[in-house]
Amino acid sequence: MTGQGRLLAWGIALAALAALPFVYRDPYHLHILVLILIWSFAYTSWSMMGRFGLVSLGHGGFMGIGAYVTALLWNHLGLSPWIGIPVSMVAAGALALIVGYPCFRFRITGHYFVLVTLALSGIVLQVITATRDYTGGSLGYTPNRASGSKLLALQFDDKTTWYLIALGVWLFGIAVWYWVDRSMARYALEAISEDEDAAAAAGVNVTAEKLKITLISALMTALAGAIYCQYQMFITPDTVSGIAVSLQMVFAAIVGGLFVSLGPTVGAIITILLAETLRIGFGTKAVGWDNLVYGVLLVLFIIFLPKGILGSLLDRLKPQPKVPRAHEQKAVQIARPGT
Amino acid sequence: MLEVSGLVKRFGGFTAVNNVSFKVDQGEILGLIGPNGSGKSTIFNMLSGTLSPSAGSILFDGSEMAGLAPHRIINRGIGRTFQIPRPFRRLSIFENVALAGFYGQGRHSRVKAEEAAERALAMVGLPTDRQASVDGLGAAGLKKLELAKALATAPKLLLADESLGGLDEAEMDQAADMLRNIRDELGITIIWVEHIMGVLMRVVDRVMVLDHGEKISEGLPSAVASDPRVIEVYLGTDAETTQAAAAEARRRAGG
Repeated sequence: MTGQGRLLAWGIALAALAALPFVYRDPYHLHILVLILIWSFAYTSWSMMGRFGLVSLGHGGFMGIGAYVTALLWNHLGLSPWIGIPVSMVAAGALALIVGYPCFRFRITGHYFVLVTLALSGIVLQVITATRDYTGGSLGYTPNRASGSKLLALQFDDKTTWYLIALGVWLFGIAVWYWVDRSMARYALEAISEDEDAAAAAGVNVTAEKLKITLISALMTALAGAIYCQYQMFITPDTVSGIAVSLQMVFAAIVGGLFVSLGPTVGAIITILLAETLRIGFGTKAVGWDNLVYGVLLVLFIIFLPKGILGSLLDRLKPQPKVPRAHEQKAVQIARPGT
Repeated sequence: MLEVSGLVKRFGGFTAVNNVSFKVDQGEILGLIGPNGSGKSTIFNMLSGTLSPSAGSILFDGSEMAGLAPHRIINRGIGRTFQIPRPFRRLSIFENVALAGFYGQGRHSRVKAEEAAERALAMVGLPTDRQASVDGLGAAGLKKLELAKALATAPKLLLADESLGGLDEAEMDQAADMLRNIRDELGITIIWVEHIMGVLMRVVDRVMVLDHGEKISEGLPSAVASDPRVIEVYLGTDAETTQAAAAEARRRAGG
């Protein structure tokens, strides 16, 4: 597709998406769509790092901070989410820098980086659960209903408003993805993910570049948590933080496709529809089944579709066979020896 | 332009580089030779910031470089190549070089970086096509890419690490000529670490010989090649070849 054609396709698709809640008003389906958009944004945020080999299992922590800090500031200090959300994002960003700096400065990469971030997820979950006098612990937490302006409290009763907010936030995530994708920072991060010394020899400040993308990713993830909290008006440590949420991000991003802009979105559509189908089809008997299915699917995807559903599909649709990027070839070779 | 004094690097109890001092003048090509484990690469890694020295000073254009991070050293004007080429395979050839042009020159302008990449690729004789994949390059092509990356950072001093390993003789001559062209046309000062004596002797202005982390000889190629200490510790049985190289160097200097 040419640049103009692509832009036109995006324009039409967005106009259709924006018009949708005005013609189609089924509240349940709109609810599912809002969830898909919010989680798509969260998964896109995770992929900002994940696509460069910075596999974080700490993003549940950033999401939890976004949700809980915003809600706590509202309930305890009466601070509007318009202030609370930026504050929560700054808090998540600060934590990302505090954990990221020593990791990157001292070259903690690969599996060790995953383990450090895993601990981060766990710690945030424990802190939320342990400070139950403020956060309600594992029973969950509800922002107080607004007595005055709904806009100031960022609380809306109708699904259409939330749908449009979620659409805007999701679009923002895609825009940031493209912004990074077209910047020199992408070259630097691709280089870093292959060979840190060689990247440094090309003049790249490895620590700074990794910190920047980590910061962007953490800020966006915290925003996702805060928006989720404002929409659902009820959060528990397990739905917005912890290792399970982090794993869910990794899973959805891999299923949809890490290296393409809409991959995480496709991942969100699949995972949420799967969870909802199981919930409706099997009711309370199937609680937790989705996690089991995720696990099995994750293994199958890593073996058979390492580039995810959208990534693989786009490859097939390409008019002339493009030489795959080396790391993709490698992924395929690892997955399918002998091809 | 470069003044190294009392450079020392210890790894635990092992001293890889022991009290080495030398100078490099503007526009010069200095050859750095020595047997395996003599400390050549360690000196290179200290000059480029990959390792920080245990002691000593590295003055470049009057300012101290010892212990600076690699990216800062690049930005001050010292570029390097790696002994074994380390291309970024996720990026195209052009993107590899443009990356070095952008970050190596202090992240000023993408347009300037891409211009620098085009110039560097043309200089080493690689295609300036933006999509061409690194996977299509052979050993000689990868060496050229390595050199183009270093050139794109607009170095004043180029550290070329054994750039001829793995090449056949024609390619070797070509690469040696290229280093000399880089000096002649771009005015870039070069320190060249090399195993292959003959070609090196033909191109460099001065040679420094290392053994067990210490400088054992330094001077004109012809003089160094006939230095009995050098022949003994480094060249050993290969003395005849060296004598031939020295004769060649003398002949060229005379002509």
